[in-house]
Amino acid sequence: MSVLVFAESPGGKIKKAVLETVTYAAKTAAALGTDCIALTIGNTTDAGQLGKYGASKVYNVAGVSHFDSQMFTSIIAEAVGKTGADVVILSNSSSGKSLTGRLAAKLNAGCISGVNSLPDVSAGFKVKKNVFSGKSIAQFEITSPVKILSVMGNSIPPEESGAAVEVEAMEVAIPASRITVKEVKTVDGVVPLPEAELVVSAGRGMKGPENWGIIEELAKVLGATTASSRPVADMGWRPHHEHVGQTGVAIRPNLYIAIGISGAIQHLAGVNSSKVIVVINKDPEAPFFKAADYGVQGDLFDVVPRLIESFKKYKAANN
Amino acid sequence: MNLLVCISKTPETTAKISFKDNDTAFNADGVSYIMNPYDEWYALVRAIELKEKLGAGKVTIINVGPAANDTVIRKGLAIGADEAVRINMEPASALNTAFQIAEYAKANAFDVVFTGKETIDYNGAEVGAMVAEYLDMPFISFGTNLEMNGNTATISRDIEGGEEVLDVATPFVVSAAKGMAEQRIPNMRGIMMAKRKPLNVVEPAAFTDNVKVVNYTLPAAKSSVKLVDPENMDELVRLLHEEAKII
Ligand SMILES: Cc1cc2nc3c(=O)[nH]c(=O)nc-3n(C[C@H](O)[C@H](O)[C@H](O)COP(=O)(O)OP(=O)(O)OC[C@H]3O[C@@H](n4cnc5c(N)ncnc54)[C@H](O)[C@@H]3O)c2cc1C
Ligand SMILES: Nc1ncnc2c1ncn2[C@@H]1O[C@H](COP(=O)(O)O)[C@@H](O)[C@H]1O
Repeated sequence: MSVLVFAESPGGKIKKAVLETVTYAAKTAAALGTDCIALTIGNTTDAGQLGKYGASKVYNVAGVSHFDSQMFTSIIAEAVGKTGADVVILSNSSSGKSLTGRLAAKLNAGCISGVNSLPDVSAGFKVKKNVFSGKSIAQFEITSPVKILSVMGNSIPPEESGAAVEVEAMEVAIPASRITVKEVKTVDGVVPLPEAELVVSAGRGMKGPENWGIIEELAKVLGATTASSRPVADMGWRPHHEHVGQTGVAIRPNLYIAIGISGAIQHLAGVNSSKVIVVINKDPEAPFFKAADYGVQGDLFDVVPRLIESFKKYKAANN
Repeated sequence: MNLLVCISKTPETTAKISFKDNDTAFNADGVSYIMNPYDEWYALVRAIELKEKLGAGKVTIINVGPAANDTVIRKGLAIGADEAVRINMEPASALNTAFQIAEYAKANAFDVVFTGKETIDYNGAEVGAMVAEYLDMPFISFGTNLEMNGNTATISRDIEGGEEVLDVATPFVVSAAKGMAEQRIPNMRGIMMAKRKPLNVVEPAAFTDNVKVVNYTLPAAKSSVKLVDPENMDELVRLLHEEAKII
């Protein structure tokens, strides 16, 4: 028995979201009275730090250069066999999502993707996730011998509970990949939306793409990532990868500032798990106010520049 | 090219969500259903476009579900699929659904199997990956662009903070995200033709589920919004710092 956590490391780096996943795995292992073992695949810098977040062993499978769900599934499945793991935990990231189901089919294991709280292991193995656009929480029970979960970002803060460990090599068969990666284009310097802790988002109330300067400035002052409502992306005012909501990216940052967005149910579906929501809208009847923690009823073209000044003052005073 | 598109149904997004049997089951009374947007707008339309471009091939849609799903299936035919298959069962778990789809696909040699990125009710993003594993095929998730060149596809896919471009040879499974195609509205001719297209009903193969729903609960109610004077943004910053403690 053990809990195996796949610590993904695209580009060789282990991100904060993965430390959350490892923390989740360590706590699950503690509840089950067993060990948490971490697995990394490919070149990974500083994998030993996973020990600090509760992994008692960290294994690395070398000789893998790019992500391929088929190849990774085969590697992780073999690692499950070698470590005798009966719980496998992944991040609910783009690669994690394509591995969770695949691994479940390979191991004939029940899986739940996108869980956001620790499993209840008091009787059976039960775990919760948000369903129906956040309008409900479902609790599932997994009854197979092996259980697979993928953990939603920002569900649990990374927690140091141990010390760094030596990374050990694990020898497994690496099948040939049937995918050729030609290009990886990432935008440098900004935190990608699914990982962002602070998000500044704007909608049709902005009137046109030429007005986005104040949104970008606000985001910059805060160190936040920018997002948008869907119509704004559809009209080409903003890039598609910024669109949040039911058909866009689902996020759960610590702070979501919604500016000139009405708060349609499909928009809320992707953002209503944010810890704190601030809404700036000139219409007091805008549905978003019902989902907000703090509301500002006013014209965004007056309010946002004022807010930028106030954040600047705050930063100057707190540095 | 022989193309298979997996389509699912989901409650219409404005539908009121409620539960029955002591909160252990979804209450479908009065709920209207739509085709899952990722399946309809992106996966299905791209498959039809590929067939149109080649001027040859066949687009089959498959659904695991009860007879009530035939309306959603007919809509897929009206948009332009050539024929449909329904595996006659109430979908019980993602693994079961994927197993049924894979069983059908094994017997029919498809070049590309399309799924949507995820269903918008449970957001699993699981079924496509599972089908790929059962079929021992590559799986490309969250495709935003797909071009075929002979037997090789060039696919762009969403990754954290960017995109990846890759080549993969048929057969493979791809899940479709926003960008892969533009929504098509069925026209009158399509709707008429859909009535005559084949919809084959197949009985499911045996499968033991290993996931079940225990219950549904409602999220804790949000305390009501605190309004801040639009003239006084210092106060908002103070609240975010001292009360919410997030900056
Ligand atoms: C199946 C389906 C899926 C969808 N998926 C998504 C999704 O994933 N994400 C998404 O966002 N939408 C989605 N939508 C669309 C959604 O229903 C709404 O149409 C959309 O979110 C509205 O965008 P908006 O709030 O920017 O624009 P609007 O609804 O037009 O709202 C603009 C707001 O700006 C305010 N405003 C205007 N001027 C000012 C000003 N000067 N100062 C302050 N406030 C101002 C207005 O009061 C208004 O509340 C989906 C729809 C469907 C049917
Ligand atoms: N009952 C079903 N019948 C056919 N295809 C399905 C079914 N459920 C899910 N799918 C497909 O699998 C995709 C991902 O679903 P899910 O894993 O449930 O999020 C959907 O977008 C559909 O393409």
